[in-house]
Amino acid sequence: MKVLVCVKQTFDTEAKIEIKDGKIADAGINLIINPYDEVAVEGGIQLKEKKLADEVVVLSAGGDKAMDAIRTALAMGADRGILIKQDTAADEYARAVVLAAAIKDENPDLILAGHVAADDGSSQVPTRVAEILGLPHVNVITNIELADGKATCSSEADGGTQVTEVSLPAVVSSQVSWNEPRYPSMKGIMQAKKKPVATVDAAAADNKVNIVEFSLPAAKQAGVKIEDEPEVCAAQLADWMKNTVKVEVK
Amino acid sequence: MAGTWIFVEQRDGNIRKVTFEMLSEAKKFGDEVSAVVFGKGVAGLAPELAKYGADKVYVADADVFANYNTGAYVAQMAAMISEFSPNAVLFAHTFNGRDFASRLAQKLELGLATDAIALELSAGKGVFTRAIYAGKAIAKVEVAGAPVLGTIRAGVWEVVEAAGAGAVVEAAVAASDADVYQVVKSFEPTVSARPDLSEAAIVVSGGRGCKGPDGIKLVEGLADLLGAAVGGSRASIDSGWLGHELQVGQTGKVVCPNLYIACGISGAIQHLAGMSSSKYIAAVNTDTEAPIFNVSDFGVVADLFKVIPTLVGELKK
Ligand SMILES: Cc1cc2nc3c(=O)[nH]c(=O)nc-3n(C[C@H](O)[C@H](O)[C@H](O)COP(=O)(O)OP(=O)(O)OC[C@H]3O[C@@H](n4cnc5c(N)ncnc54)[C@H](O)[C@@H]3O)c2cc1C
Ligand SMILES: Nc1ncnc2c1ncn2[C@@H]1O[C@H](COP(=O)(O)O)[C@@H](O)[C@H]1O
Repeated sequence: MKVLVCVKQTFDTEAKIEIKDGKIADAGINLIINPYDEVAVEGGIQLKEKKLADEVVVLSAGGDKAMDAIRTALAMGADRGILIKQDTAADEYARAVVLAAAIKDENPDLILAGHVAADDGSSQVPTRVAEILGLPHVNVITNIELADGKATCSSEADGGTQVTEVSLPAVVSSQVSWNEPRYPSMKGIMQAKKKPVATVDAAAADNKVNIVEFSLPAAKQAGVKIEDEPEVCAAQLADWMKNTVKVEVK
Repeated sequence: MAGTWIFVEQRDGNIRKVTFEMLSEAKKFGDEVSAVVFGKGVAGLAPELAKYGADKVYVADADVFANYNTGAYVAQMAAMISEFSPNAVLFAHTFNGRDFASRLAQKLELGLATDAIALELSAGKGVFTRAIYAGKAIAKVEVAGAPVLGTIRAGVWEVVEAAGAGAVVEAAVAASDADVYQVVKSFEPTVSARPDLSEAAIVVSGGRGCKGPDGIKLVEGLADLLGAAVGGSRASIDSGWLGHELQVGQTGKVVCPNLYIACGISGAIQHLAGMSSSKYIAAVNTDTEAPIFNVSDFGVVADLFKVIPTLVGELKK
């Protein structure tokens, strides 16, 4: 049983965003594994620890820097990595096409990913990959069980939670509440340096979505802030809610 | 142009508000607006959809559509697109909507803009506005194609009643059980008398400052008085005071209510990502320097354990 995990390198969630020459500036930004993908990596490693998987392969499409994301996943406990060299301006379609091509070569039994990337927040790539490969998929999972060639996934759903069964191979994307990703140990970091990472060129794929422009949101006007006795604060807040927001009380 | 299609988000015949928001906004594009509903026994929803401007209501009615499943829904929608050639198909950015739209877009080898907060639509082209980097930047993206595909964030558009003809068009069923590859074993609805967090007009959220279940009870009491949904910061979710589905923020839900009340929440960037586009924001926090005040319209520097009970009393007056 081979598990492949798609990891995207993203900006640190604390990063301050600036625009330079019409692009999102990346100078000096700390890069991390997309938080959801970290959960997927952890999920893959746990499957191996439970002897349900033999190998965990991490796959990332991006620039040279994405190697750091792969090394971090290897330090957590993944076995080997694949870096597809692709312009980070590739859209969801183009990324899905190159990832799917690499996944096809690897022929894994289970493909894990995050359900959304914290940078452009698109939530498309894993589902697109599944469609290209003709595989079933389940998104936003909070648990997975593997048995008899099937994956039984708990996931968040609109207005509740659900349990879905799909046959393997399948693509599954994670919600953060699935698990708590481990920190790489010193030993893990040392070992990661020796683990194999293949670097491949991206298959040709053109973007379908064009960026018209980037901008920064208008700074919010500072509102009212009162510091007084709690009773006074509460009365004024109630006034504001009734008169400005016009709330109705049940 | 051959019309704007709004895919209807419903479960057991209960239509999500975001569907009405999208129908209302689509009217402004000047093209014919149609609602598209898949399900079992759903033709009766047409009058409700017409009330918000649906000129036509395309209905695909079959057992295989009884509950959302990607395989059958994509097969059906692809067949209908090829038969009727809509100019655009818009989905809600719900779990189902993004799943459906992504798989459909790939099947048709089209681009897709997800989680959009604004849209300018013309023939064969949509310019979508999207909040990226958790709302720290805005991207305008152009999606060309037949049809133009997008998913829309709940709460960004207003619901406006506008009578449409609501003519039912029964679509030929183009999917079968063979298209279903996800077997839903069980669905556990969130049992709550409160409105859905993603759609509520008012959200009252509690953070670490609530200090435990007693503080959260105050938050819940205020929410119930206002008919609001309850949410939480990651700190209160991780402490087990509230369920995971109630987390607001970058790794939780993005909410866009008319009023968001943050109680005992510092306003970490990852929390702001989920609520800063709310129309009005109020905050109760003992720390005058708390970053939540930078985005608040009305901030109160005080102890929530004292403020909330008095506030409840004042509101009841
Ligand atoms: C990758 C990543 C993703 C994350 N995603 C999310 C997310 O989706 N959502 C989220 O919320 N966080 C998220 N976080 C966590 C985030 O960084 C903060 O740690 C979290 O939001 C803090 O929650 P809090 O404001 O409740 O707690 P704190 O930051 O501890 O703030 C508590 C506040 O309560 C105030 N307070 C204390 N006592 C009282 C009182 N009696 N009355 C009134 N006020 C009082 C304090 O002054 C303080 O401001 C994420 C972090 C990371 C790294
Ligand atoms: N460039 C990439 N390399 C590897 N995985 C990716 C890449 N882009 C997206 N993914 C995967 O797809 C998930 C969802 O991304 P997105 O559709 O961009 O929101 C991510 O959490 C990753 O698991």
